Amino acid sequence: MSRPLWVAGLTAGLTFLYFLLTTAILIWGERRVVARMQSRLGPNRVGPLGALQTLVDGLKMFFKEDVTPAMVKQPIFTVAPLVGVVAGLLSTAVIPIGGEVTLGGETFTLQVADLGVGVLWFLAMGSIHVYSVFLAGWASSSPYPLLGGVRSSAQMISYEIAQGLAVASVFIYAGSLRVSDIVAAQSGEGLLPGLPGWFAIPLLPAFAVFVVGMVAEAGRPPFDLAEAEGELVGGFHTEYSGLRFGMFMLAEFMAVVIQSAMVVTLFLGGPSGPTFGLPAPIAAVMPTVWFTLKTLLFIFLFILLRGALPRTRYDRLMALGWKLLIPVGLVWALATAALVLVREDGGLSTTARLGLAAGAVVVAVLGLATGRGGRDAATIGRAVSTAVRPTAPAATDEPDPAEVAR
Amino acid sequence: MTGLDLVLLGVGLLTAASAVMTVISRNLVHAALFLAVALAGIAGVFLVLRADFLALVQLVVYVGAVAVLFLFGLMLTRAPIGREALDSQHRGLALGVSGTLFAVLSWLIVDAFGNVRVEEVAGPRIGDLGIALFRDWVLPFEVLSMLLLAALVGAIVLSRREDGESGEPEPVVPIALAVDPDADPDAAPDAAGEVRA
Repeated sequence: MSRPLWVAGLTAGLTFLYFLLTTAILIWGERRVVARMQSRLGPNRVGPLGALQTLVDGLKMFFKEDVTPAMVKQPIFTVAPLVGVVAGLLSTAVIPIGGEVTLGGETFTLQVADLGVGVLWFLAMGSIHVYSVFLAGWASSSPYPLLGGVRSSAQMISYEIAQGLAVASVFIYAGSLRVSDIVAAQSGEGLLPGLPGWFAIPLLPAFAVFVVGMVAEAGRPPFDLAEAEGELVGGFHTEYSGLRFGMFMLAEFMAVVIQSAMVVTLFLGGPSGPTFGLPAPIAAVMPTVWFTLKTLLFIFLFILLRGALPRTRYDRLMALGWKLLIPVGLVWALATAALVLVREDGGLSTTARLGLAAGAVVVAVLGLATGRGGRDAATIGRAVSTAVRPTAPAATDEPDPAEVAR
Repeated sequence: MTGLDLVLLGVGLLTAASAVMTVISRNLVHAALFLAVALAGIAGVFLVLRADFLALVQLVVYVGAVAVLFLFGLMLTRAPIGREALDSQHRGLALGVSGTLFAVLSWLIVDAFGNVRVEEVAGPRIGDLGIALFRDWVLPFEVLSMLLLAALVGAIVLSRREDGESGEPEPVVPIALAVDPDADPDAAPDAAGEVRA
């Protein structure tokens, strides 16, 4: 596993560039796709289809005036945006963006560091990212950023727990914390012949928890309460401008890319995919192509969510995280552990395993329907009926549309 | 002295310095941040000693959760988070208690492990750690979780309002735009008085 220094350096540089480039594609793609969803054109002046707009905007950030309000608490005010970007970049180190490429007599493994505790590294960097948001809010010495900082860091640590539980099922199932082992465990065929052995299939609830959690973790719509302009001005980065504001934006967009890359790595087999019997130089690049395609799929999901859904209310956000995602993640981690134990003791047949999974889903659905979930559904039903018939008495706290009109 | 020894020394000094700063800092938020640095420094010590699993768990649990919760507690309660200086005026007592604790703990550790030659561990064995924790030491582990439960219950008791108050709704003062004959004058004296004036 010892590589010459220049190989390791080049791998790190390539990974860095890969994620920066994907972030640029995300920003451009988001502006184009959302524009299309809103019957606008979007950026279309710089480069083909406006593809270079992101680059120009980034350049503009360098030349904008960087205003530092007099009351801010230095040096934390300056350090906070850096913490976010650095934590984000560091967490890319454990993500394999491709297979092995031989170049100039050296074999490149397209993963910066295959740590024995790789998945924990990703979670640890995520928890350090919280500091960036929190400290930015506090160091601004201003009420709105402070509120925004507390709000978004509460959101981040809540959903980190849910995500951590989802990741726990993955590494219990794979039996290793090493990212390359998790990717290797997903190669080959899955529960049913013909299906890929991706963890998204046997660990579907954990996958669902992770996908919802990653939207909240990245602070993206419909969970972008940090930037609820009507309530919080701009959230934790209200007092920031110029390049330091750009750092926050970069960290946020990069979080989208990193979370997409991580969900692909943990649940969708990472860079694995068919090579169609292509000759050697192309076949060596195919894993990177597959990885990029899968990651772009999730990035597209992020963009569609932003274009389609309105922002949730804060109590709904917290209720979803604490009362639905965390219990589901917890139960599924326990169920996975039980399944793994059974497998070690000789194992059940595939049909029995599927039957158990189906039974667990039925139990979960029943529990949700009879318990708190049923009440929630009733609340939503009342809210919907209120919205449909504005004259009906409002049963919830939300303002009645008719009331507002008067 | 190898390079690793030097790094260990550096990280240890950083940890100790931030621990001291945690105590002597007069700003609560700064103290909490120094605590976070000290906890991260301990993770660094683990990392130098090649316990990378322990190091990252330390980062996730202590830096990522415990220290953040401290900061949360500061922001959400009426703790002085601004520029006020803090001093509890119990310097001598605190010094005595912590000095005694330090002496007892160091004596215990030196007495228990002072003459033990620590063998090189070949890589992290997370499975062994789990078995030790949940099979051999399960009773202390469960006792510790009871402690956390007690802390949770205590937090709820502290943040609850006084007896009998908890279920009652807050009295609402309506803002009257005109003098309402039905309005109870005692319930909203301010609003009604202003309108009359």
